[in-house]
Amino acid sequence: MRLAFVNSLCKLAEKDDRLWLVCGDLGYGVLDEFARRFPNRFINAGVAEQNMAGVAAGLAQAGQRVFVYSIANFPVMRCMEQIRNDIAYHRLPVCVVTVGGGLVYGGHGYSHHGVEDLAMMHVLPNMTVFAPADPVETRLVTEAAASIDGPVYLRLGRGGEATLHKQAPAFAVGKALCLRKGATLALFSTGGILEPVLSAAEALTVLGHPPSVYSLPTFFPLDEETIAAESRRCQAIVTIEEHGRGGLAALTAEVLAQSGGGARLIPIRLPREPLAESGSHAYLRERQGLSAAAMVQHIQTTLAAWAK
Amino acid sequence: MPGESDHSVALANRIRMHSLRMIHTAQASHIGTCLSIADLLAVLYHDFLRVSPATLNAEDRDRFILSKGHGAAALYAVLAERGFFPIAELDSYNRDGSRLTGHASHHVPGVELSTGSLGHGLSVGAGLALAAKRLNLPYRTVVLLSDGELDEGSNWEAALFAGHHQLDRLVAIVDYNKIQSYGSVREVLDLEPLTDKWRAFRWYVTEIDGHQHDQIRSALNRIPSDSSQPSVLIAHTVKGKGVSYMEHQLAWHYKSPSQEQLRSALAELEAQP
Ligand SMILES: Cc1ncc(C[n+]2csc(CCOP(=O)(O)OP(=O)(O)O)c2C)c(N)n1
Repeated sequence: MRLAFVNSLCKLAEKDDRLWLVCGDLGYGVLDEFARRFPNRFINAGVAEQNMAGVAAGLAQAGQRVFVYSIANFPVMRCMEQIRNDIAYHRLPVCVVTVGGGLVYGGHGYSHHGVEDLAMMHVLPNMTVFAPADPVETRLVTEAAASIDGPVYLRLGRGGEATLHKQAPAFAVGKALCLRKGATLALFSTGGILEPVLSAAEALTVLGHPPSVYSLPTFFPLDEETIAAESRRCQAIVTIEEHGRGGLAALTAEVLAQSGGGARLIPIRLPREPLAESGSHAYLRERQGLSAAAMVQHIQTTLAAWAK
Repeated sequence: MPGESDHSVALANRIRMHSLRMIHTAQASHIGTCLSIADLLAVLYHDFLRVSPATLNAEDRDRFILSKGHGAAALYAVLAERGFFPIAELDSYNRDGSRLTGHASHHVPGVELSTGSLGHGLSVGAGLALAAKRLNLPYRTVVLLSDGELDEGSNWEAALFAGHHQLDRLVAIVDYNKIQSYGSVREVLDLEPLTDKWRAFRWYVTEIDGHQHDQIRSALNRIPSDSSQPSVLIAHTVKGKGVSYMEHQLAWHYKSPSQEQLRSALAELEAQP
Protein backbone atom coordinates (compact mmCIF):
# COMPACT_ATOMS: atom_id res chain seq x y z
CA MET A 1 0.00 0.00 0.00
CA ARG A 2 2.77 2.45 0.77
CA LEU A 3 4.09 2.21 -2.78
CA ALA A 4 0.60 2.70 -4.24
CA PHE A 5 0.37 5.73 -1.97
CA VAL A 6 3.67 7.31 -2.92
CA ASN A 7 3.21 6.64 -6.64
CA SER A 8 -0.17 8.33 -6.55
CA LEU A 9 1.28 11.19 -4.56
CA CYS A 10 4.03 11.76 -7.13
CA LYS A 11 1.42 11.93 -9.90
CA LEU A 12 -0.68 14.37 -7.90
CA ALA A 13 2.37 16.51 -7.14
CA GLU A 14 3.11 16.81 -10.85
CA LYS A 15 -0.27 18.49 -11.34
CA ASP A 16 -0.54 20.43 -8.09
CA ASP A 17 2.49 22.49 -7.19
CA ARG A 18 1.08 23.32 -3.76
CA LEU A 19 1.34 19.67 -2.70
CA TRP A 20 3.97 18.99 -0.01
CA LEU A 21 5.26 15.90 1.72
CA VAL A 22 6.61 16.18 5.27
CA CYS A 23 8.02 13.07 6.95
CA GLY A 24 9.04 12.25 10.50
CA ASP A 25 12.43 10.70 9.76
CA LEU A 26 10.85 7.75 8.00
CA GLY A 27 10.40 6.67 4.41
CA TYR A 28 13.77 5.08 3.59
CA GLY A 29 13.39 3.42 0.19
CA VAL A 30 9.78 4.63 -0.03
CA LEU A 31 9.76 8.40 -0.25
CA ASP A 32 13.07 8.71 -2.14
CA GLU A 33 11.45 9.35 -5.50
CA PHE A 34 9.23 12.13 -4.20
CA ALA A 35 12.20 13.69 -2.39
CA ARG A 36 14.30 13.56 -5.54
CA ARG A 37 11.64 14.91 -7.89
CA PHE A 38 10.15 17.58 -5.66
CA PRO A 39 12.98 18.64 -3.34
CA ASN A 40 11.39 22.01 -2.70
CA ARG A 41 8.19 20.46 -1.47
CA PHE A 42 9.75 17.68 0.60
CA ILE A 43 11.07 17.97 4.11
CA ASN A 44 12.24 15.51 6.73
CA ALA A 45 11.09 17.14 9.96
CA GLY A 46 13.09 14.70 12.09
CA VAL A 47 11.87 12.52 14.94
CA ALA A 48 9.63 15.31 16.19
CA GLU A 49 6.00 14.65 15.39
CA GLN A 50 4.50 17.49 17.39
CA ASN A 51 6.57 20.04 15.56
CA MET A 52 5.94 18.21 12.28
CA ALA A 53 2.15 18.51 12.67
CA GLY A 54 2.43 22.16 13.68
CA VAL A 55 4.70 22.94 10.72
CA ALA A 56 2.20 21.20 8.43
CA ALA A 57 -0.54 23.43 9.84
CA GLY A 58 1.60 26.48 9.14
CA LEU A 59 2.33 25.40 5.57
CA ALA A 60 -1.37 24.78 5.04
CA GLN A 61 -2.23 28.19 6.43
CA ALA A 62 0.17 29.59 3.85
CA GLY A 63 -1.96 28.00 1.12
CA GLN A 64 -0.16 24.70 0.70
CA ARG A 65 -1.66 21.19 0.75
CA VAL A 66 0.36 18.97 3.04
CA PHE A 67 0.80 15.23 3.44
CA VAL A 68 2.46 14.26 6.71
CA TYR A 69 4.04 10.80 6.72
CA SER A 70 5.24 8.49 9.47
CA ILE A 71 4.52 5.03 10.86
CA ALA A 72 2.35 3.42 13.54
CA ASN A 73 1.09 5.80 16.22
CA PHE A 74 3.79 8.40 15.85
CA PRO A 75 1.99 10.85 13.52
CA VAL A 76 -1.29 10.31 15.40
CA MET A 77 -1.00 10.07 19.15
CA ARG A 78 2.27 11.86 19.65
CA CYS A 79 0.84 15.01 18.12
CA MET A 80 -2.84 14.56 18.85
CA GLU A 81 -3.38 18.07 20.13
CA GLN A 82 -1.60 19.70 17.21
CA ILE A 83 -3.87 17.71 14.91
CA ARG A 84 -6.97 18.61 16.91
CA ASN A 85 -6.38 22.31 17.56
CA ASP A 86 -4.10 23.48 14.78
CA ILE A 87 -5.19 21.28 11.87
CA ALA A 88 -8.71 19.91 12.41
CA TYR A 89 -10.30 22.85 14.18
CA HIS A 90 -8.93 25.25 11.56
CA ARG A 91 -10.13 22.91 8.81
CA LEU A 92 -6.72 22.92 7.15
CA PRO A 93 -5.92 20.66 4.19
CA VAL A 94 -3.44 18.42 5.94
CA CYS A 95 -3.51 14.68 5.38
CA VAL A 96 -1.91 12.65 8.14
CA VAL A 97 -0.63 9.39 6.68
CA THR A 98 0.46 6.46 8.77
CA VAL A 99 2.04 3.24 7.56
CA GLY A 100 1.31 0.23 9.73
CA GLY A 101 -2.33 0.55 10.76
CA GLY A 102 -3.51 -2.35 12.90
CA LEU A 103 -1.05 -5.11 13.78
CA VAL A 104 1.05 -4.78 10.63
CA TYR A 105 4.22 -4.15 12.65
CA GLY A 106 3.67 -7.51 14.37
CA GLY A 107 6.81 -8.39 16.29
CA HIS A 108 7.78 -4.77 16.92
CA GLY A 109 5.38 -4.76 19.86
CA TYR A 110 2.62 -2.63 21.30
CA SER A 111 4.40 0.69 20.72
CA HIS A 112 4.02 0.02 17.00
CA HIS A 113 0.47 -1.32 16.92
CA GLY A 114 -2.02 1.21 15.55
CA VAL A 115 -5.11 -0.20 17.17
CA GLU A 116 -6.80 2.85 18.67
CA ASP A 117 -6.25 5.32 15.83
CA LEU A 118 -9.67 5.12 14.14
CA ALA A 119 -11.38 5.82 17.44
CA MET A 120 -9.18 8.82 18.14
CA MET A 121 -9.13 10.41 14.71
CA HIS A 122 -12.77 10.15 13.66
CA VAL A 123 -14.04 12.18 16.61
CA LEU A 124 -12.07 15.28 15.59
CA PRO A 125 -13.86 18.16 13.87
CA ASN A 126 -13.93 18.17 10.06
CA MET A 127 -11.90 14.98 9.84
CA THR A 128 -12.28 12.49 6.99
CA VAL A 129 -10.83 9.07 7.82
CA PHE A 130 -9.66 6.64 5.15
CA ALA A 131 -8.61 3.02 5.74
CA PRO A 132 -8.03 1.38 2.35
CA ALA A 133 -7.94 -2.39 2.00
CA ASP A 134 -5.60 -2.86 -0.95
CA PRO A 135 -3.43 -0.95 -3.45
CA VAL A 136 -6.46 -0.07 -5.61
CA GLU A 137 -8.35 1.52 -2.75
CA THR A 138 -5.12 3.21 -1.64
CA ARG A 139 -4.76 4.96 -4.97
CA LEU A 140 -8.40 6.07 -4.91
CA VAL A 141 -8.36 7.48 -1.40
CA THR A 142 -5.00 9.20 -1.95
CA GLU A 143 -6.46 11.02 -4.94
CA ALA A 144 -9.54 11.92 -2.92
CA ALA A 145 -7.42 13.14 -0.02
CA ALA A 146 -5.60 15.53 -2.32
CA SER A 147 -8.84 17.30 -3.20
CA ILE A 148 -10.54 17.49 0.19
CA ASP A 149 -10.43 20.98 1.66
CA GLY A 150 -9.95 19.88 5.21
CA PRO A 151 -8.14 17.46 7.47
CA VAL A 152 -7.77 13.84 6.44
CA TYR A 153 -6.39 10.78 8.18
CA LEU A 154 -5.08 7.99 5.97
CA ARG A 155 -4.38 4.64 7.59
CA LEU A 156 -2.22 2.41 5.40
CA GLY A 157 -0.92 -1.12 5.71
CA ARG A 158 2.73 -1.59 4.93
CA GLY A 159 3.64 -3.31 1.68
CA GLY A 160 2.95 -6.46 -0.24
CA GLU A 161 -0.83 -6.49 0.23
CA ALA A 162 -2.74 -8.42 -2.44
CA THR A 163 -4.88 -6.55 -4.93
CA LEU A 164 -8.44 -7.45 -4.02
CA HIS A 165 -10.36 -5.33 -6.52
CA LYS A 166 -9.94 -6.92 -9.92
CA GLN A 167 -11.24 -3.80 -11.62
CA ALA A 168 -11.49 -0.23 -10.44
CA PRO A 169 -14.56 0.02 -8.20
CA ALA A 170 -17.05 2.90 -8.33
CA PHE A 171 -15.45 4.85 -5.52
CA ALA A 172 -16.96 7.84 -3.77
CA VAL A 173 -15.94 9.33 -0.43
CA GLY A 174 -18.22 8.01 2.30
CA LYS A 175 -19.52 5.10 0.25
CA ALA A 176 -19.11 1.41 0.97
CA LEU A 177 -17.84 -0.79 -1.87
CA CYS A 178 -19.80 -3.98 -2.41
CA LEU A 179 -17.59 -6.96 -3.27
CA ARG A 180 -20.18 -9.67 -2.94
CA LYS A 181 -23.96 -9.95 -2.70
CA GLY A 182 -25.41 -12.46 -0.26
CA ALA A 183 -28.54 -13.35 1.68
CA THR A 184 -29.24 -12.59 5.34
CA LEU A 185 -25.73 -11.82 6.50
CA ALA A 186 -23.68 -8.70 5.67
CA LEU A 187 -19.98 -8.30 6.49
CA PHE A 188 -18.61 -4.76 6.76
CA SER A 189 -14.84 -4.52 6.76
CA THR A 190 -12.54 -1.51 7.00
CA GLY A 191 -8.83 -1.43 6.16
CA GLY A 192 -6.36 -4.19 5.44
CA ILE A 193 -8.35 -6.95 7.12
CA LEU A 194 -10.48 -7.34 3.96
CA GLU A 195 -8.38 -10.19 2.58
CA PRO A 196 -9.24 -12.71 5.33
CA VAL A 197 -12.80 -11.36 5.35
CA LEU A 198 -13.15 -12.42 1.73
CA SER A 199 -11.83 -15.88 2.58
CA ALA A 200 -14.28 -16.07 5.48
CA ALA A 201 -17.09 -15.13 3.09
CA GLU A 202 -16.14 -18.03 0.80
CA ALA A 203 -16.23 -20.43 3.70
CA LEU A 204 -19.55 -19.08 5.01
CA THR A 205 -21.07 -19.52 1.55
CA VAL A 206 -20.03 -23.16 1.51
CA LEU A 207 -21.57 -23.53 4.96
CA GLY A 208 -24.90 -22.20 3.74
CA HIS A 209 -24.66 -18.59 4.97
CA PRO A 210 -23.73 -16.65 1.83
CA PRO A 211 -22.88 -13.15 3.06
CA SER A 212 -22.73 -9.77 1.37
CA VAL A 213 -19.28 -8.23 1.74
CA TYR A 214 -18.59 -4.51 1.87
CA SER A 215 -15.28 -2.73 2.14
CA LEU A 216 -15.24 0.68 3.78
CA PRO A 217 -12.24 2.59 2.42
CA THR A 218 -13.86 5.63 4.00
CA PHE A 219 -14.20 4.86 7.67
CA PHE A 220 -15.63 8.28 8.42
CA PRO A 221 -18.06 9.67 7.36
CA LEU A 222 -19.46 6.17 7.68
CA ASP A 223 -21.82 4.91 4.98
CA GLU A 224 -24.77 4.77 7.37
CA GLU A 225 -27.24 4.50 4.56
CA THR A 226 -25.89 1.19 3.27
CA ILE A 227 -25.55 -0.24 6.77
CA ALA A 228 -29.12 0.80 7.63
CA ALA A 229 -30.45 -0.69 4.39
CA GLU A 230 -28.69 -4.00 5.08
CA SER A 231 -29.98 -3.98 8.65
CA ARG A 232 -33.51 -4.01 7.30
CA ARG A 233 -32.74 -6.92 5.01
CA CYS A 234 -30.42 -9.05 7.12
CA GLN A 235 -30.47 -11.12 10.24
CA ALA A 236 -26.98 -10.02 11.25
CA ILE A 237 -24.48 -7.29 10.46
CA VAL A 238 -20.90 -8.34 11.09
CA THR A 239 -18.25 -5.63 11.50
CA ILE A 240 -14.62 -6.59 11.07
CA GLU A 241 -11.74 -4.27 11.86
CA GLU A 242 -8.10 -4.61 12.91
CA HIS A 243 -8.72 -2.17 15.71
CA GLY A 244 -9.91 -2.14 19.31
CA ARG A 245 -12.92 -0.45 20.87
CA GLY A 246 -14.51 2.75 19.62
CA GLY A 247 -14.18 1.88 15.94
CA LEU A 248 -16.41 0.34 13.30
CA ALA A 249 -18.41 -1.83 15.72
CA ALA A 250 -19.28 1.13 17.91
CA LEU A 251 -20.31 3.35 14.99
CA THR A 252 -22.34 0.55 13.44
CA ALA A 253 -24.14 -0.11 16.73
CA GLU A 254 -25.31 3.52 16.69
CA VAL A 255 -26.66 3.06 13.19
CA LEU A 256 -28.44 -0.18 14.03
CA ALA A 257 -30.03 1.31 17.13
CA GLN A 258 -31.62 3.98 14.92
CA SER A 259 -32.26 2.16 11.66
CA GLY A 260 -35.49 0.40 12.56
CA GLY A 261 -34.09 -2.77 11.00
CA GLY A 262 -34.06 -6.09 12.78
CA ALA A 263 -30.43 -7.07 12.26
CA ARG A 264 -28.24 -7.77 15.27
CA LEU A 265 -24.57 -6.90 15.46
CA ILE A 266 -21.66 -9.34 15.52
CA PRO A 267 -18.55 -7.27 16.25
CA ILE A 268 -15.20 -8.77 15.31
CA ARG A 269 -12.37 -6.63 16.61
CA LEU A 270 -9.32 -6.67 18.87
CA PRO A 271 -9.58 -6.95 22.62
CA ARG A 272 -8.58 -3.79 24.47
CA GLU A 273 -5.74 -5.43 26.40
CA PRO A 274 -2.67 -6.06 24.26
CA LEU A 275 -0.94 -9.43 24.11
CA ALA A 276 2.33 -9.65 26.00
CA GLU A 277 3.78 -11.61 23.09
CA SER A 278 5.75 -11.03 19.98
CA GLY A 279 4.69 -12.47 16.65
CA SER A 280 4.17 -11.94 12.97
CA HIS A 281 1.19 -10.02 11.67
CA ALA A 282 -0.58 -13.27 10.78
CA TYR A 283 0.19 -14.80 14.16
CA LEU A 284 -1.12 -11.83 16.12
CA ARG A 285 -4.29 -11.74 14.04
CA GLU A 286 -4.87 -15.42 14.62
CA ARG A 287 -4.23 -15.21 18.38
CA GLN A 288 -6.84 -12.48 18.63
CA GLY A 289 -9.64 -13.90 16.54
CA LEU A 290 -8.90 -12.09 13.29
CA SER A 291 -7.98 -15.01 11.03
CA ALA A 292 -10.52 -16.09 8.43
CA ALA A 293 -11.12 -19.35 10.30
CA ALA A 294 -11.68 -17.57 13.61
CA MET A 295 -14.12 -15.16 11.95
CA VAL A 296 -16.15 -18.03 10.48
CA GLN A 297 -16.23 -19.85 13.76
CA HIS A 298 -17.27 -16.77 15.73
CA ILE A 299 -20.06 -15.96 13.28
CA GLN A 300 -21.36 -19.54 13.22
CA THR A 301 -21.29 -19.88 16.99
CA THR A 302 -23.12 -16.61 17.44
CA LEU A 303 -25.80 -17.48 14.89
CA ALA A 304 -26.26 -20.90 16.49
CA ALA A 305 -26.58 -19.34 19.95
CA TRP A 306 -29.25 -16.93 18.66
CA ALA A 307 -31.18 -19.80 17.07
CA LYS A 308 -31.60 -21.50 20.45
CA MET B 1 42.88 -2.01 35.60
CA PRO B 2 43.23 -4.00 32.40
CA GLY B 3 41.68 -7.14 33.91
CA GLU B 4 38.39 -5.41 34.65
CA SER B 5 38.25 -3.87 31.23
CA ASP B 6 38.90 -7.24 29.58
CA HIS B 7 35.81 -8.61 31.23
CA SER B 8 33.45 -5.95 29.96
CA VAL B 9 35.10 -6.08 26.54
CA ALA B 10 34.34 -9.79 26.31
CA LEU B 11 30.78 -9.10 27.41
CA ALA B 12 30.38 -6.43 24.72
CA ASN B 13 31.59 -8.89 22.13
CA ARG B 14 29.01 -11.45 23.27
CA ILE B 15 26.26 -8.80 23.14
CA ARG B 16 27.24 -8.10 19.54
CA MET B 17 27.24 -11.76 18.56
CA HIS B 18 23.90 -12.46 20.25
CA SER B 19 22.34 -9.39 18.59
CA LEU B 20 23.58 -10.47 15.18
CA ARG B 21 22.20 -13.98 15.56
CA MET B 22 18.88 -12.79 16.97
CA ILE B 23 18.31 -10.24 14.23
CA HIS B 24 19.41 -12.65 11.53
CA THR B 25 17.13 -15.43 12.79
CA ALA B 26 14.14 -13.12 13.14
CA GLN B 27 14.93 -11.30 9.88
CA ALA B 28 14.47 -8.16 11.96
CA SER B 29 15.91 -4.62 11.78
CA HIS B 30 18.13 -2.36 13.90
CA ILE B 31 21.40 -4.30 14.02
CA GLY B 32 23.37 -1.06 13.52
CA THR B 33 21.68 0.35 16.61
CA CYS B 34 22.54 -2.67 18.72
CA LEU B 35 26.19 -2.68 17.71
CA SER B 36 26.35 1.03 18.52
CA ILE B 37 25.34 0.52 22.18
CA ALA B 38 27.00 -2.83 22.95
CA ASP B 39 29.97 -1.25 24.76
CA LEU B 40 27.82 1.13 26.79
CA LEU B 41 25.54 -1.73 27.89
CA ALA B 42 28.49 -3.97 28.71
CA VAL B 43 30.09 -1.43 31.06
CA LEU B 44 26.76 -0.46 32.61
CA TYR B 45 25.81 -4.05 33.40
CA HIS B 46 29.30 -5.26 34.21
CA ASP B 47 30.58 -2.43 36.36
CA PHE B 48 27.96 0.11 37.26
CA LEU B 49 24.32 -0.89 37.67
CA ARG B 50 23.36 -2.44 41.00
CA VAL B 51 20.85 -4.86 39.54
CA SER B 52 20.54 -8.63 39.67
CA PRO B 53 17.94 -11.32 39.05
CA ALA B 54 17.77 -11.89 42.82
CA THR B 55 16.79 -8.28 43.47
CA LEU B 56 14.47 -7.84 40.51
CA ASN B 57 11.90 -5.82 42.44
CA ALA B 58 14.10 -4.44 45.23
CA GLU B 59 13.15 -0.88 46.07
CA ASP B 60 16.74 0.27 46.03
CA ARG B 61 17.86 -1.36 42.78
CA ASP B 62 19.33 0.92 40.14
CA ARG B 63 17.01 1.69 37.27
CA PHE B 64 18.04 1.45 33.63
CA ILE B 65 15.80 2.60 30.79
CA LEU B 66 16.58 1.90 27.16
CA SER B 67 14.73 4.87 25.77
CA LYS B 68 15.84 3.99 22.24
CA GLY B 69 13.71 0.87 22.45
CA HIS B 70 14.65 -0.35 18.98
CA GLY B 71 17.96 -1.52 20.47
CA ALA B 72 16.05 -4.20 22.39
CA ALA B 73 18.03 -7.16 21.04
CA ALA B 74 21.21 -5.83 22.66
CA LEU B 75 19.40 -5.16 25.94
CA TYR B 76 17.90 -8.65 26.02
CA ALA B 77 21.35 -10.04 25.25
CA VAL B 78 23.02 -8.33 28.20
CA LEU B 79 20.14 -9.24 30.53
CA ALA B 80 20.41 -12.90 29.53
CA GLU B 81 24.17 -12.76 30.03
CA ARG B 82 23.55 -11.41 33.53
CA GLY B 83 21.17 -14.27 34.31
CA PHE B 84 17.81 -12.51 34.17
CA PHE B 85 16.55 -15.28 31.89
CA PRO B 86 18.13 -18.19 30.01
CA ILE B 87 20.50 -17.32 27.16
CA ALA B 88 18.72 -19.95 25.04
CA GLU B 89 15.59 -17.81 25.15
CA LEU B 90 17.34 -15.21 22.99
CA ASP B 91 16.66 -17.47 20.00
CA SER B 92 12.97 -16.65 20.33
CA TYR B 93 13.55 -12.91 19.79
CA ASN B 94 10.77 -11.37 17.69
CA ARG B 95 9.19 -14.77 17.05
CA ASP B 96 5.63 -15.99 17.41
CA GLY B 97 4.64 -16.36 21.05
CA SER B 98 7.88 -14.98 22.51
CA ARG B 99 7.97 -12.29 25.19
CA LEU B 100 11.07 -10.84 23.53
CA THR B 101 9.31 -8.32 21.30
CA GLY B 102 11.23 -6.29 18.74
CA HIS B 103 11.15 -3.21 20.97
CA ALA B 104 11.94 -3.37 24.67
CA SER B 105 9.11 -4.94 26.67
CA HIS B 106 8.52 -4.68 30.42
CA HIS B 107 7.20 -8.24 30.34
CA VAL B 108 10.85 -9.31 30.14
CA PRO B 109 12.63 -9.68 33.50
CA GLY B 110 15.02 -6.79 34.05
CA VAL B 111 13.37 -4.41 31.58
CA GLU B 112 12.01 -1.47 33.57
CA LEU B 113 10.03 0.27 30.85
CA SER B 114 8.49 -0.76 27.55
CA THR B 115 9.79 1.58 24.89
CA GLY B 116 9.70 1.83 21.11
CA SER B 117 8.20 5.27 20.69
CA LEU B 118 11.18 7.58 21.00
CA GLY B 119 11.36 10.36 23.55
CA HIS B 120 9.65 8.77 26.55
CA GLY B 121 12.53 7.44 28.63
CA LEU B 122 14.05 10.62 30.00
CA SER B 123 10.78 11.88 31.49
CA VAL B 124 10.11 8.55 33.18
CA GLY B 125 13.72 8.55 34.36
CA ALA B 126 13.24 12.03 35.81
CA GLY B 127 10.19 10.76 37.70
CA LEU B 128 12.15 7.83 39.09
CA ALA B 129 14.99 10.15 40.10
CA LEU B 130 12.60 12.61 41.73
CA ALA B 131 11.06 9.77 43.74
CA ALA B 132 14.51 8.62 44.87
CA LYS B 133 15.35 12.13 45.99
CA ARG B 134 12.12 12.82 47.86
CA LEU B 135 11.87 9.32 49.39
CA ASN B 136 15.56 9.18 50.25
CA LEU B 137 16.27 6.03 48.27
CA PRO B 138 19.83 5.34 47.15
CA TYR B 139 19.24 4.13 43.61
CA ARG B 140 20.61 5.75 40.45
CA THR B 141 18.61 6.08 37.24
CA VAL B 142 20.31 5.71 33.87
CA VAL B 143 18.55 6.50 30.58
CA LEU B 144 20.11 5.58 27.25
CA LEU B 145 19.02 7.90 24.42
CA SER B 146 19.81 8.00 20.72
CA ASP B 147 20.78 11.10 18.82
CA GLY B 148 17.80 11.10 16.44
CA GLU B 149 15.65 10.67 19.51
CA LEU B 150 16.83 14.05 20.75
CA ASP B 151 14.71 15.63 18.00
CA GLU B 152 11.73 14.94 20.26
CA GLY B 153 10.86 17.99 22.33
CA SER B 154 9.89 15.80 25.28
CA ASN B 155 13.58 15.21 26.01
CA TRP B 156 14.16 18.90 26.42
CA GLU B 157 11.18 19.23 28.74
CA ALA B 158 12.66 16.45 30.85
CA ALA B 159 16.10 18.05 30.68
CA LEU B 160 14.69 21.35 31.91
CA PHE B 161 12.85 19.59 34.72
CA ALA B 162 15.80 17.49 35.85
CA GLY B 163 18.18 20.45 35.79
CA HIS B 164 15.76 22.64 37.72
CA HIS B 165 15.16 19.97 40.36
CA GLN B 166 18.86 19.08 40.63
CA LEU B 167 18.25 15.37 40.07
CA ASP B 168 21.86 14.43 40.64
CA ARG B 169 21.27 10.68 40.57
CA LEU B 170 19.88 10.83 37.08
CA VAL B 171 22.24 9.95 34.23
CA ALA B 172 21.44 10.36 30.55
CA ILE B 173 23.69 8.72 27.99
CA VAL B 174 23.45 9.92 24.41
CA ASP B 175 24.47 7.29 21.85
CA TYR B 176 25.82 9.85 19.42
CA ASN B 177 26.37 7.77 16.29
CA LYS B 178 25.44 10.67 13.96
CA ILE B 179 22.93 8.63 11.93
CA GLN B 180 19.15 8.51 12.31
CA SER B 181 16.41 6.79 10.27
CA TYR B 182 16.34 8.73 7.05
CA GLY B 183 19.62 10.60 6.90
CA SER B 184 22.52 11.77 9.02
CA VAL B 185 21.88 13.86 12.10
CA ARG B 186 23.68 16.76 10.50
CA GLU B 187 21.42 16.66 7.42
CA VAL B 188 18.10 16.07 9.18
CA LEU B 189 18.24 18.17 12.35
CA ASP B 190 21.69 19.18 13.48
CA LEU B 191 22.12 18.82 17.23
CA GLU B 192 25.29 20.87 17.50
CA PRO B 193 26.45 22.43 19.71
CA LEU B 194 25.18 19.50 21.76
CA THR B 195 27.29 19.81 24.90
CA ASP B 196 26.41 23.50 25.17
CA LYS B 197 22.72 22.66 24.98
CA TRP B 198 22.89 20.27 27.92
CA ARG B 199 25.05 22.70 29.90
CA ALA B 200 22.52 25.45 29.28
CA PHE B 201 19.89 23.13 30.79
CA ARG B 202 22.15 22.84 33.88
CA TRP B 203 23.44 19.32 33.33
CA TYR B 204 26.96 18.09 34.12
CA VAL B 205 28.35 17.06 30.73
CA THR B 206 31.10 14.55 29.92
CA GLU B 207 32.12 13.71 26.37
CA ILE B 208 33.49 10.23 25.86
CA ASP B 209 34.31 7.68 23.20
CA GLY B 210 31.36 5.31 23.62
CA HIS B 211 33.43 2.30 22.61
CA GLN B 212 36.31 2.84 25.09
CA HIS B 213 35.40 0.97 28.23
CA ASP B 214 37.80 2.83 30.51
CA GLN B 215 36.37 6.14 29.43
CA ILE B 216 32.78 4.93 29.94
CA ARG B 217 33.67 3.52 33.35
CA SER B 218 35.46 6.55 34.66
CA ALA B 219 32.71 8.89 33.49
CA LEU B 220 30.13 6.75 35.29
CA ASN B 221 32.27 6.67 38.41
CA ARG B 222 32.09 10.46 38.71
CA ILE B 223 28.33 10.24 39.31
CA PRO B 224 26.73 11.90 41.17
CA SER B 225 28.72 15.00 40.36
CA ASP B 226 29.49 17.25 43.31
CA SER B 227 27.60 20.06 41.61
CA SER B 228 24.11 18.69 42.39
CA GLN B 229 23.38 18.47 38.67
CA PRO B 230 22.01 15.60 36.63
CA SER B 231 24.72 14.06 34.45
CA VAL B 232 24.84 13.40 30.75
CA LEU B 233 27.47 11.39 28.90
CA ILE B 234 27.74 12.36 25.26
CA ALA B 235 29.06 9.07 23.91
CA HIS B 236 30.57 9.35 20.44
CA THR B 237 29.81 6.06 18.77
CA VAL B 238 29.73 4.34 15.40
CA LYS B 239 26.49 2.88 14.13
CA GLY B 240 27.26 -0.75 13.26
CA LYS B 241 30.48 -0.76 15.35
CA GLY B 242 32.51 -3.96 15.21
CA VAL B 243 31.29 -5.29 11.87
CA SER B 244 33.25 -3.40 9.26
CA TYR B 245 30.74 -3.63 6.46
CA MET B 246 27.98 -2.29 8.70
CA GLU B 247 29.85 0.65 10.21
CA HIS B 248 28.43 4.12 9.43
CA GLN B 249 25.82 2.59 7.09
CA LEU B 250 22.23 3.82 7.28
CA ALA B 251 21.07 0.71 5.39
CA TRP B 252 21.86 -1.44 8.45
CA HIS B 253 19.18 0.39 10.37
CA TYR B 254 16.79 -1.71 8.28
CA LYS B 255 18.49 -4.74 6.76
CA SER B 256 18.96 -8.06 8.47
CA PRO B 257 22.10 -10.03 7.72
CA SER B 258 21.89 -13.03 5.40
CA GLN B 259 23.46 -16.34 6.36
CA GLU B 260 26.68 -15.40 4.60
CA GLN B 261 26.75 -11.89 6.05
CA LEU B 262 26.14 -13.31 9.52
CA ARG B 263 29.01 -15.74 9.11
CA SER B 264 31.47 -13.06 8.10
CA ALA B 265 30.28 -10.70 10.87
CA LEU B 266 30.72 -13.39 13.53
CA ALA B 267 34.13 -14.30 12.15
CA GLU B 268 35.21 -10.69 12.44
CA LEU B 269 34.05 -10.48 16.06
CA GLU B 270 35.58 -13.82 16.99
CA ALA B 271 38.93 -12.64 15.67
CA GLN B 272 38.91 -9.73 18.12
CA PRO B 273 41.39 -9.93 20.98
C1 LIG C 1 8.18 8.79 18.34
C2 LIG C 1 8.83 7.96 17.28
N1 LIG C 1 8.89 8.43 16.03
C3 LIG C 1 9.45 7.68 15.06
C4 LIG C 1 9.96 6.44 15.34
C5 LIG C 1 10.54 5.57 14.23
N2 LIG C 1 12.00 5.43 14.40
C6 LIG C 1 12.55 4.32 14.89
S1 LIG C 1 14.20 4.45 15.10
C7 LIG C 1 14.19 6.03 14.50
C8 LIG C 1 15.41 6.88 14.45
C9 LIG C 1 16.69 6.13 14.49
O1 LIG C 1 17.77 6.97 14.72
P1 LIG C 1 18.32 7.24 16.18
O2 LIG C 1 17.18 7.67 17.05
O3 LIG C 1 19.44 8.16 16.10
O4 LIG C 1 18.76 5.81 16.68
P2 LIG C 1 19.97 4.90 16.21
O5 LIG C 1 19.35 3.70 15.60
O6 LIG C 1 20.82 5.68 15.25
O7 LIG C 1 20.71 4.56 17.42
C10 LIG C 1 12.90 6.40 14.13
C11 LIG C 1 12.53 7.70 13.53
C12 LIG C 1 9.88 6.00 16.66
N3 LIG C 1 10.36 4.80 17.03
N4 LIG C 1 9.33 6.78 17.62
